[in-house]
Amino acid sequence: MIELKSLGKTYHTSEKEIVALEDITLTIRDGEIYGIIGLSGAGKSTLVRCINLLERPTSGQVLIDGKDILSLSRKDLLKLRRSIGMIFQGFNLLEQRSVLQNVTFPLEVSGVNRTESVKRAMELLELVGLSDRTGSYPSQLSGGQKQRVAIARALATNPKYLLCDEATSALDPNTTRSILELLATINKTMGVTIVIITHEMKVIDQICDRVAVLDQSRIAEEGEVSEVFTNPKSAIARELIMPDSHSGEMEHGGRRVRLIFKKEYSQQTLLSQMILDCGCPVNILHANLKELESETYGQMLLELPASERDSEKIISWLKNSPIEWKEVV
Amino acid sequence: MFSEMFMKLWDNGLIQKGVWETIYMTVLSTAISYCIGLPLGVILNITDKEGIRPLPLFNRILGLVVNFFRSIPFIILMVAMLPVAKLIVGVSLGNKAMIVMLVIAASPYVARMVESSLKEVDAGVIEAAQSMGTNNFQIIWKVLLPEAKPSLITGAVISMVTILGYSAMAATIGGTGLGQIAISYGHQRFNPDVTWCCVFLTVIIVQIIQEVGNRIVRRTDKRHRA
Repeated sequence: MIELKSLGKTYHTSEKEIVALEDITLTIRDGEIYGIIGLSGAGKSTLVRCINLLERPTSGQVLIDGKDILSLSRKDLLKLRRSIGMIFQGFNLLEQRSVLQNVTFPLEVSGVNRTESVKRAMELLELVGLSDRTGSYPSQLSGGQKQRVAIARALATNPKYLLCDEATSALDPNTTRSILELLATINKTMGVTIVIITHEMKVIDQICDRVAVLDQSRIAEEGEVSEVFTNPKSAIARELIMPDSHSGEMEHGGRRVRLIFKKEYSQQTLLSQMILDCGCPVNILHANLKELESETYGQMLLELPASERDSEKIISWLKNSPIEWKEVV
Repeated sequence: MFSEMFMKLWDNGLIQKGVWETIYMTVLSTAISYCIGLPLGVILNITDKEGIRPLPLFNRILGLVVNFFRSIPFIILMVAMLPVAKLIVGVSLGNKAMIVMLVIAASPYVARMVESSLKEVDAGVIEAAQSMGTNNFQIIWKVLLPEAKPSLITGAVISMVTILGYSAMAATIGGTGLGQIAISYGHQRFNPDVTWCCVFLTVIIVQIIQEVGNRIVRRTDKRHRA
């Protein structure tokens, strides 16, 4: 469990003080995938670096498994870092080392013997699907492959936590999806707790269990992803979820319902059916597909017509349909 | 076609000896300069305020010392350092003394060369290594130096060519090698063919150093092997 308690970070420059983080309190539970989202400059990268003390917070506490890590000696801190893997936006592979040597690097520096570290590295490269590229060098790999190597490297020391700093921001949408799938698999099969820093809502949407929205150095909102998505309370969360809509407009719209489809229903047909039956249009605010435990779930957030009569019609139609739904307030 | 002097020098093997002396002085001085300059460059890099072990005051002082030696023209430094050479190798004349001069002049140069090569290593890679619990000593040996290797070798080639140039200047106060032949047999005795022959041989030596260096860089750098 990672606990941040009223964490703050202020940079002092000769002219002024820059507040990067202020009063951050959050708890990341074991086994979950926790997202931290915010616009650039919100302090996300500083925040994630406070977890392994690549940046030292200027106030507050960082507790890992109940232990205050700010009071650790340098030697214990280095040891602790081996139990917290980290991957980066720029991959940060050692360019002069082969794929295999990159993955054995953390084992080498922690004193594991060569035979054992090569064995472990091969297992991990198998897991990330690159066992045929062990002798290649980073410059010969694509972005997605580089991130896979970085993931294998971060997992080499069997960490309990994995920190991802904008790990998919440099990748195209398809590669992003496959990297996120890999992270989800790692979370599920190896029980690694994952912390994801991103500015992209779709990343949070695809794999995170809970999310904290960071705005101007502070946490604006925190909660279950589905909750924050369907019912964002802060202006910044609304902006991140629906970047094109003006948050003002939503206040005047009609009631909102969230629909959840299991894969056996084709959502499009059902939705068209609903619109045809009720004879009134709806506004789709958000829709996505999510794969959980190898089942596909569809989620859709609808805004019903402003007229009470029309929206009642739709609500009663939904009550008689097989769709799981919930009104969002 | 060649002057009498040239034929005499050639037949007595003096030119050949000059080539050997130039190579020997250059290579040995470069090697010793790296023994001093490489650690200095590493220290300059890691104690920088962006480095892995920032010590700003120490870094400034060391930087000033390095700059002090770098800013003195070699020909003046050489004269000024004659007593130091005498102190270290017992003589202030000949190749032994010249190597001391060359090392004094080249080490600070090498230190800056190494420092700038190490600066090219991506800060993100160092950060990644730190996130894995790598200590500073391991970062130097396993990240900084190996990642900067191609650039370090390129720097070494440049340093070596510079030292070769210095070694010719050393002839003015008693060094030997091609520089000395060019000055005392070519220039002072009006045999331009001797001078030009020394120039030609120096160019060839520089070309060989450059070509060998380039090949090593190409072979060791893993960044461009598509």
